[in-house]
Amino acid sequence: MEITCREALNQAIREEMERDPAVFLLGEDVGLYEGSFKVTRGLLAKFGEKRVVDTPISEAGIVGMACGAAMTGLRPIAELMTVNFAIVAMDQIMNSVAVARYMFGGQCSVPLVIRAPGGAGHQLGAQHSHTLDALFMHCPGLRVVIPSVPADAKGLLKSAIRSDDPVMFLEHEGLYAIKGEVPDSEYTIPLGVADVKRQGKDVTLLAVSRMVYVCLEAAEQLAKDGIEAEVVDLRALNPLDMSTVLASVRKTHRAVTVEESWLTGGWGGELVARIVEAAFDDLDAPVLRVGGEDVPMPYNKALEKAAIPSAADVVARVREML
Amino acid sequence: MKGKKERALLEPRELLAMYRDMVRIREFEEACPKLYSQGKIGGFLHLYSGQEAVGVGVAHAMHHEDYMIAAYREHGLILAKGTPPDGVMAELFGKATGVSKGKGGSMHMFDAERRFMGGYGIVGGHLPLAVGIGFAIRYRESDEVVVCLFGDGATNQGVFHEAMNMAALYQVPVVFVCENNGYGIGTSVARASAVEQLYKKSCAYETPGVKVDGMDVLAVYETVCQAVQRAREGGGPTYVEAITYRFRGHSISDPGTYRSEQEKKIWQERDPIPNFADRLIAEGHASREQLDQIDAEEKALIEKAIRFAEESPEPAAEELWTDVYA
Repeated sequence: MEITCREALNQAIREEMERDPAVFLLGEDVGLYEGSFKVTRGLLAKFGEKRVVDTPISEAGIVGMACGAAMTGLRPIAELMTVNFAIVAMDQIMNSVAVARYMFGGQCSVPLVIRAPGGAGHQLGAQHSHTLDALFMHCPGLRVVIPSVPADAKGLLKSAIRSDDPVMFLEHEGLYAIKGEVPDSEYTIPLGVADVKRQGKDVTLLAVSRMVYVCLEAAEQLAKDGIEAEVVDLRALNPLDMSTVLASVRKTHRAVTVEESWLTGGWGGELVARIVEAAFDDLDAPVLRVGGEDVPMPYNKALEKAAIPSAADVVARVREML
Repeated sequence: MKGKKERALLEPRELLAMYRDMVRIREFEEACPKLYSQGKIGGFLHLYSGQEAVGVGVAHAMHHEDYMIAAYREHGLILAKGTPPDGVMAELFGKATGVSKGKGGSMHMFDAERRFMGGYGIVGGHLPLAVGIGFAIRYRESDEVVVCLFGDGATNQGVFHEAMNMAALYQVPVVFVCENNGYGIGTSVARASAVEQLYKKSCAYETPGVKVDGMDVLAVYETVCQAVQRAREGGGPTYVEAITYRFRGHSISDPGTYRSEQEKKIWQERDPIPNFADRLIAEGHASREQLDQIDAEEKALIEKAIRFAEESPEPAAEELWTDVYA
């Protein structure tokens, strides 16, 4: 069946809430308003106010409350209206959610999913265009899961909800309306398994979220010149599936990381280091990076476009190494 | 647990148990500075001496199944909740037998069995967690209560207000207990809070705010009993401000220059332990000899805890990597 990412996420939440009475949803406008991006449409009507909880605009309160509920037996899905507001809740995420199990000697679990849409491209300026994937990847204790297509969104979210680890589930505002095939029957996708979205033999493109589509577009353009790019959708930065990455690099001998967020201190650099450490002898060229320009996101449409990686940027980078 | 007395007059046995708990905490805390100077305890060390009546009064107002969650001055609170001193001292030593396996330290004690839900080191950071614990209690349709303790400094943090608002909004069974010891590290309440009467801060959330003498264990007990009962019966949160004083510095490294000797002396005279002892004797609940014996027993118990901690093994090397993920 072909559905949107938005519908796929909604199905995942609905199915998991039906399966497990400990799962509940909280966040700003998730209930009566049915979600800022309408991901939670129909859930209040189906599950009632006990399990679909509208909150005040209090991101630290939302995440902290979800953490406390998770530590005492519930499985909260906390929706942050956008990932930009996760910064307000960063103390709770890094000082409570991520560390509780370890800091207390394994005496508690925090089976919590924090869903947060992010990404640039809608002229929202410097405060509403963040992509914070690398920030969360930096913090031990958090799983970081980032879907690109509807089937992954559904299968990964179901696994995230069932996980006993806290999961940052990072969605992209620009992908909610994207359609794709989703299996009709019940399924999950394990966290930490990358997916090859396009096979190729000349260069590996590594991406998550919307940049997977940018890489697929770049691969189309490169194919016209006889260059076959392999597009690996990491699907999670933690756990990070290095075996799939390295298998691809050993096949193509070249790699480019493509991330939407700022290039400096991004996850691309981490991937480059890991590839070089593990497969230096397999490389025919230095591993290169594509990423967002290191600037606060500008409002102006043309400037914003210039700040976000495009297929042309990826193509140019690949040509440098061939 | 239903049917247990919430407010009835206390039996002498319970009064003596309160005395014993306060003495245990004092003995424990006063043993720490020497162990710290010997290098056996590391990191930060925030001692509870002087505030015992708050923790013990609160703990006695709670059922075993009720949850307690606290800030980082929590040795006394986990002891009050019933955790034996051995594991608490071993945690300070960073040993494998510590309550948090030596991975938490002074600020991060936890006891799942006794529902002590942790000590937290970011001022105010655990208040929303208490709301979540209370939310989960209601979600399960259970009748437990969560008591959340924090210092006066926490009331100036943003999350204090988020937690107060959400607790009242969702009517969760939480009792907030502010241990107002007069200072956020070295800055007095008067210099940090526009509202000096901290119990008034809950009125913005239509949550009852009650001020209590935090040097009087029975006053704390009575007040918190009422708040706990109210929460248990579905009446929502209460906010208690307990006026107290820490006899030692903010942490072990605090020179304490911001407090006058005269001020310290006034509060020393209000020491909750000898005053409670005098009262127990005056009211005929105990003899001096009985109390002396309790003192000796608790002193021995803490000496045993120190030996336990000394003799306990260090965490195994692989503990570095356990408990990061499920």
